[in-house]
Amino acid sequence: MPLLEISGLTHYFAGLCAVSDFHLAVAPQELVGIIGPNGAGKTTVFNLITGVYRPSEGSIRLDGRELTGQSPHAITRLGIARTFQNIRLFKDLTVLDNVRIAHYGEAAYSPVEALLHIGRFRAEEKRITVSALDLLAVFKLDFVAHEKARSLPYGLQRKLEIARALATRPRLLLLDEPAAGMNPNEILQLMEFIGWIRRTFSVTILLIEHQMRLVMGICERLVVLDFGATIAAGLPAAVRSDPKVLEAYLGEEAAP
Amino acid sequence: MNRTGTAYATWRDGWRRFTARKYFWPAVLACGLAFSIAADRYDFVDLYVQLIVIYVGINIILTVSLNLINGYMGEFSVGHAGFMAVGAYTASLITVHVLPQSVAAVGFPVAVLAGGLAAALIGFLVAIPSFKTRGDYLAIVTLAFGMIVKSILENIDAVGGPRGLLGMEKLTTLPWVFFWTALSVWVIRNLVYSNYGRGVLSVREDEIAADLMSVNTRQVKIIAFVVSSFFAGIAGGLFAHALQFINPRMFDIIKSTDVLIMVYLGGIASLAGSIIGAVIYTLLLEILRPLGIWRMVFMPLLLVVLMIYRPRGIMGLRETKLFEPLGDLVTERLWRKTKKEASDAAP
Repeated sequence: MPLLEISGLTHYFAGLCAVSDFHLAVAPQELVGIIGPNGAGKTTVFNLITGVYRPSEGSIRLDGRELTGQSPHAITRLGIARTFQNIRLFKDLTVLDNVRIAHYGEAAYSPVEALLHIGRFRAEEKRITVSALDLLAVFKLDFVAHEKARSLPYGLQRKLEIARALATRPRLLLLDEPAAGMNPNEILQLMEFIGWIRRTFSVTILLIEHQMRLVMGICERLVVLDFGATIAAGLPAAVRSDPKVLEAYLGEEAAP
Repeated sequence: MNRTGTAYATWRDGWRRFTARKYFWPAVLACGLAFSIAADRYDFVDLYVQLIVIYVGINIILTVSLNLINGYMGEFSVGHAGFMAVGAYTASLITVHVLPQSVAAVGFPVAVLAGGLAAALIGFLVAIPSFKTRGDYLAIVTLAFGMIVKSILENIDAVGGPRGLLGMEKLTTLPWVFFWTALSVWVIRNLVYSNYGRGVLSVREDEIAADLMSVNTRQVKIIAFVVSSFFAGIAGGLFAHALQFINPRMFDIIKSTDVLIMVYLGGIASLAGSIIGAVIYTLLLEILRPLGIWRMVFMPLLLVVLMIYRPRGIMGLRETKLFEPLGDLVTERLWRKTKKEASDAAP
């Protein structure tokens, strides 16, 4: 049974069709890439999966459970976490707090206990702090734990964003253009890093990317979007030589 | 040898600071309470000065509670005086009409608490529609709320209509003000340094990202708003029994603006800032009283200058270590120590 099953997903922005009849099934532990030119609707698919937008039609299931109509925080608690194309950290908060906030869903104390710092408060806070520091140590970010997120260099901010997403204990991780703004050398490191995350946290990954090098290198399967429609799907090698894909990327004349 | 010596010294200093910190707040609170009780009982402080101190306390409660919404959460509420009015009228009605004269003094804390709870309930009712949508709706809703409260109170004859409510005894004494002020600062600090408080901060930083990181943003906003209105109500109850007279005009938009000025003067998202802002603003208004109407020119001017040179207020987004919980401080101190050792060990 697939972990994530999307069928007939369609979304309109005031009459403009951003995603039409999108189908995708992701098996547990798989690494699937969504590619396509700018404005193809890739990020919209992520926003639909995570509940930021409500789909006009179609269904999204995680482990057989319907996600459409649920709020983003509820969907995150069910096991889907994501990063953003343009980094969206809590910039004026510390690195530690960025990761602690992602533990919000699992803190087991009531508002009254929080207001008076009584009951389960102390034990839970300690557990959350230790868990967050452990995660930061795994990502080798513990040496900046008490710095503000905005003071981190770009590469570390990307890393922190992934760490923060993993702090919600997801089964499915959505990465939105993780290689944006990286040079070829950094992309090689990122490929290794994504493989490492997949093994260490045994998490299923769905990835949006522009950098063909990264996508071809690590994805097991690809889906190609253009103007909201799925124009190709399959193994990276097959997708690469698909005339429709070449046309979408390079224009009509370049296609053989 | 030398190395272990310095490590020991660091450890010892840390321990000293830690213990000093452990006894710091109990000592301050005990002294404050003892002093306020003594001043109240033996009248060695001028009554005028006492009244100013009472206003300072009330303003601290108002500022800290509004800072939770406008500073920590980054929303914009302009209806704080409305919640204050709810608390003031509820508490006054209880001490004047419900409680018999003989037990009014004993029942005073209950009346103030009831005022706070009434304001919290109204705050909850205001929060539900306001936080259904994102954006600037809170400012509009709270602006309307302030006006509605004022006109409702003006049109109920049972509470004196526009003439207001009289007959409260002077029950707001220094010890009570001290107690409620300390309680409000403590409770709001507790909230800020908790899971829900981090949720409040994340709403300010990036609401959509917060929601996607499992923060129930609507729940967080409602909790913060209810706590904030509760303390505005408490401040209202204390205010009514300090002045012994209230009318709807006291709780108009000007009063809300006063609290906003104190928040932005002291600094957003800072407890220390809220206290500093409330103290400076209240005292300045008193000191500048001889200026008469020119006072109203000076204060906005001060605000303009402040916004130019310190746009986030005196303590904007900063906090003294004294307000941070010990657990967080110990974690951070350990972290700094290991980091320093690592950099010392490196060649």
